[in-house]
Amino acid sequence: MRKLVLAISMLAFAGSAAFADPIQERQALMKERGKLAGQLSKVVKGEEDFDAGAVLTTLKALQANAEKFDAEKLFPAGSDQGDTTAAPKIWEDMAGFKAAEDKFLANTKEAVASPPGDVDGLKAQLNTLGGDCGACHQSYRIKKG
Amino acid sequence: MAWLKKLSGAVIVLGGAAAAAGWALSAPVRFDAGAIAQLGPGDAAKGKRIFYAGGCTSCHSKPGAQGDARLQLAGGLELKTPFGTFVPPNISQDRKDGIGAWSEEDFANAMLKGVSPSGEHLYPAFPYASYARMKPADIADLYAFMKTLPAVAGKAPDHKLSFPFTIRRGIGLWKLLYLSPEPVIALPDGTPDKVLAGRYLVEGPGHCGECHTPRDFAAGVKKGEWLAGSVAAEGTGVVPNITPDGKSIKDWSEADIANYLETGFTPDFDSVGGAMVEVQKNMAQLTADDRAAIAAYLKAVPPHPNGYPAHKPAS
Repeated sequence: MRKLVLAISMLAFAGSAAFADPIQERQALMKERGKLAGQLSKVVKGEEDFDAGAVLTTLKALQANAEKFDAEKLFPAGSDQGDTTAAPKIWEDMAGFKAAEDKFLANTKEAVASPPGDVDGLKAQLNTLGGDCGACHQSYRIKKG
Repeated sequence: MAWLKKLSGAVIVLGGAAAAAGWALSAPVRFDAGAIAQLGPGDAAKGKRIFYAGGCTSCHSKPGAQGDARLQLAGGLELKTPFGTFVPPNISQDRKDGIGAWSEEDFANAMLKGVSPSGEHLYPAFPYASYARMKPADIADLYAFMKTLPAVAGKAPDHKLSFPFTIRRGIGLWKLLYLSPEPVIALPDGTPDKVLAGRYLVEGPGHCGECHTPRDFAAGVKKGEWLAGSVAAEGTGVVPNITPDGKSIKDWSEADIANYLETGFTPDFDSVGGAMVEVQKNMAQLTADDRAAIAAYLKAVPPHPNGYPAHKPAS
């Protein structure tokens, strides 16, 4: 038993150590999110055939990604410094930042609950989700060159 | 000391002449009646496209407006720049607080000459330095479309600028340097129509260069670094280099650029951000041909290194 507890805590430690840096962790989540959106976009653009099962799997992955996005944990005070494009406004308006993220999470849940039946349905959902990306990046990300 | 007297006399005369010339040169210039007659009656349906190409709603709708509220052009956004805070005015059809009482001639003078109905210079935060390149027929169509938009009561607050930018007359001299209907990028004979159409959209109504090009000491766009990117006029960020040498879009195909303008997704599925979010919403309203034309033009402009300093991440 002791061994098991030790093993679990070591695993947990290793897991957190892999992403000890919140900047890297949040960037990894964002990259994954982009990749998932990209898979949906390929279907919308007609580069891949519409497969309802595959689309639903991707939408579920997007929801799981959104659920992992803990703003407090990923954007601790001081993490506006370093190699990041996070805008200072995140810390000035944490409530607004969280609301923007919550909106994305809610929209992924809605998409999973009523998955699209065809390309047009998917296109509408991707527009909504893409709009959420833009709405947040409009205020809370800053290009630094 | 007769020579000194003469000299000072000459200086006074010269100085007076310079001041008089400056005063004359800085006078607001309106169109003559002949040019206005060329406008003709506009077509509101066509004007809708120009409205979105021109991005009017990005600055003139109430801050944060979504959906149909973006057509309520009450103004009030605050653009915080080094010159002070510019507040885009109410350009809704309200006759008292907006531009509902403006004639087509008043509208054309504002768009193409930067002159208000009362004959004052408008601040070039309103991008008439780009709009000056627009076709009169498009101005007429835009005027007709804006007539279909709602009247919204309430004046937007005044600009809050610091001296000497409070003196509007000075803008007259600025216009002599920077206001011209000529295209920025001369394209050779035989340039495909698609590229020419893109040039018109980007350099004219789209006014892309206003943010994407660095400015000189007098806040004029540096045409020699056209679209090379710039330190943002607002806040601390940068506006990316969108010439073929720009790191952000160097590897994008024309189809990638057009798709970004339509969907807001970059080829690697990052999303549009910052002030471009509002712009992209407008670009999504254009036709696929218009977006393809913009993309073709962006591939045809001269490449430039970034118009902003490299970012050094704090470590």
